[in-house]
Amino acid sequence: MKKKFKIEVDCANCAAKIEAAVKKIDGVNDASVSFMTQKMVIDADDAEFDKIMKKVVKTSKKIEPDFDIQL
Amino acid sequence: MTRKQKRMLKRIVAAILLLVLAAVLSDRLILPGYVRLILYLIPYLVIGYDVLRKAFLGVIHGEVFDENFLMAIATVGAMIMQEYGEAAAVMLFYQIGELFQSYAVGKSRKSITDLMDIRPDYANVMQADGTLEKVDPEDIHIGDVIVVKPGEKVPLDGTVLSGEGTLDTSALTGESRPRSVREGDEVISGCVSTSGLLNIKVSKEFSESTVARILDLVENSSLKKAKAENFITKFARYYTPAVCIGAVVLAIVPSIVTGMWTVWVSRALTFLVISCPCALVISIPLTFFGGIGGASRCGILVKGGNYLEALAETKTIVFDKTGTLTQGVFEVTAIQPAKNISAEALLETAVMAESYSDHPISRSLKAAYKGTVDTSRIKDVKEVAGHGVTVQLDEHKAAAGNARLMEKLGIAYDVNHQVGTIVYVALDDRYMGSIVISDREKTTARQAVAGLKAQGIRTVMLTGDVERVAAHTASELGIDEVHSGLLPADKVQWVEKLLEQKEEHTTLAFVGDGINDAPVLSRADIGIAMGALGSDAAIEAADIVLMDDDPAKIPLAMRISRKCRRIVYENIIFSLVIKGLFLILGAMGIANMWWAVFSDVGVMVLAVLNATRMLRIKKFKTNPVLR
Repeated sequence: MKKKFKIEVDCANCAAKIEAAVKKIDGVNDASVSFMTQKMVIDADDAEFDKIMKKVVKTSKKIEPDFDIQL
Repeated sequence: MTRKQKRMLKRIVAAILLLVLAAVLSDRLILPGYVRLILYLIPYLVIGYDVLRKAFLGVIHGEVFDENFLMAIATVGAMIMQEYGEAAAVMLFYQIGELFQSYAVGKSRKSITDLMDIRPDYANVMQADGTLEKVDPEDIHIGDVIVVKPGEKVPLDGTVLSGEGTLDTSALTGESRPRSVREGDEVISGCVSTSGLLNIKVSKEFSESTVARILDLVENSSLKKAKAENFITKFARYYTPAVCIGAVVLAIVPSIVTGMWTVWVSRALTFLVISCPCALVISIPLTFFGGIGGASRCGILVKGGNYLEALAETKTIVFDKTGTLTQGVFEVTAIQPAKNISAEALLETAVMAESYSDHPISRSLKAAYKGTVDTSRIKDVKEVAGHGVTVQLDEHKAAAGNARLMEKLGIAYDVNHQVGTIVYVALDDRYMGSIVISDREKTTARQAVAGLKAQGIRTVMLTGDVERVAAHTASELGIDEVHSGLLPADKVQWVEKLLEQKEEHTTLAFVGDGINDAPVLSRADIGIAMGALGSDAAIEAADIVLMDDDPAKIPLAMRISRKCRRIVYENIIFSLVIKGLFLILGAMGIANMWWAVFSDVGVMVLAVLNATRMLRIKKFKTNPVLR
């Protein structure tokens, strides 16, 4: 399942780093973060989507403490 | 400005005042060291507490080596070296730079969203008592009837139920060509009604309507990253640790040799401040975003930064003929009556003879004929498959068809050598003349091909048409290479052959109308579909979508992509050269902390300003083809 989220990320470099880190999370097939449009797209397994999203948020906050997402 | 930005501005103003106060006090009064430290520490913390916090959190999370870390180390280091003023000022300038950057990005983001201001706010729904109610377009369903008044946007795709009016499609196509619509016509969301009241029966939910699809496409385009963007991300991953190690080496090695620790540690800190990679990291996605936004304003939808980048490398453009370079509509282009026969009589006979058919040839004859077709004059229609038709017209025997029909009927005729489909007409076994029906070239096609050639691009045309027609069109338009008589599958093979032939590091683009050429569109490096207004298949299959069917948009798209590439390269080279230069100056002790912070913020500001040039699209619109 592919889902788009509105996010808040303050720097372009963090957005790129978040994208790279989120892609490595187990269960995430693909991920993309756009700094310009402040959007994150997550393609992950249906069954565990919510669980995976929790990991996504945790990973992102680790990289950028001010990271915010509208789930 | 957003709330965050306003708060930052207040912090900057406060920090400046506190810093000036601290500087004045420590200049006028003889203060003990710790008082001076506290005086400078106040503005330093006011402006930099969040940087310190993020740097600290970064270290805890194992995410060292980001901008925050660099700035924190550099300024804390300066504090330890008792360069209090420098430390506070460096942090201040860094934050001013950050604010500027965030403001500039927000500005471009907004101007792109404004450019794509096609999202309708409401739809008018007729109530039982005849009044109109404004409803959220998302709440409208298929089959509902909505009312569009002059000046309003068409909120959803649908069919005109009643009313007549004109629509302005400029928000979608970038070209303000009014289109008149009437009962039964299909209308596309995003157009603006300029006159007339329209009752529209909705045919698509909002999320499936043209407007929603376009907005979605533009928004998603920034998620498909260009190679240059990924390069910078990768670059930053190695670059930051590298400069940190460089700084450590710079602080320790010469110090051990010379014993001048303060000098070399101070140089190492300067080195760190200069090394900040923010200019590059921000300006490149900004440029691509601007390019995609600017292009979409001209009616060119680019599905990703990677395609915009690839388009700049295009050296071969392959065109489908029908519907792309030509209008795909057959028209009577020449009427050649035999001796003593008038053109009107010839056309009339042809139209009458073909009046029972719904063949494209018959339709184009009818379109050319000004009088009305009275079918009661026709009797005894006989279609001769592969030849034409014979009918009884009033008291006469009329025949219309190809040369073989004339031969079959034993009628002497003059061979017409013009390009196109030739209809020979005879009345009572006497030859009346011939009519040429052919596909018209689009008015801007020649200009478009010339524009591409001026940019050094090889143009190829693929068509299912016979060789004579194809060669004629190609030479009219100035196409370099033409392959005719192709079936759809042959087109894929030809594109594959051309892909093999092309030079390395160049790309090949295929331009089609999106109808039965989806396989070719996806096989080419870049698939460009035109005339996509309302065609879902084309939007799906292509990488770049032209909203209208104007071939002149192709050289325009090329120009936008090249400008985008140029700005990206400019920024990469400019930032790296300046950074490198200052890194050397810093290591040599020529550039101090002040130079460092100015070079860092300065480079970033210039790179961002350069990137925002991509947003200026006026020039593109007024001068689409000339370089």
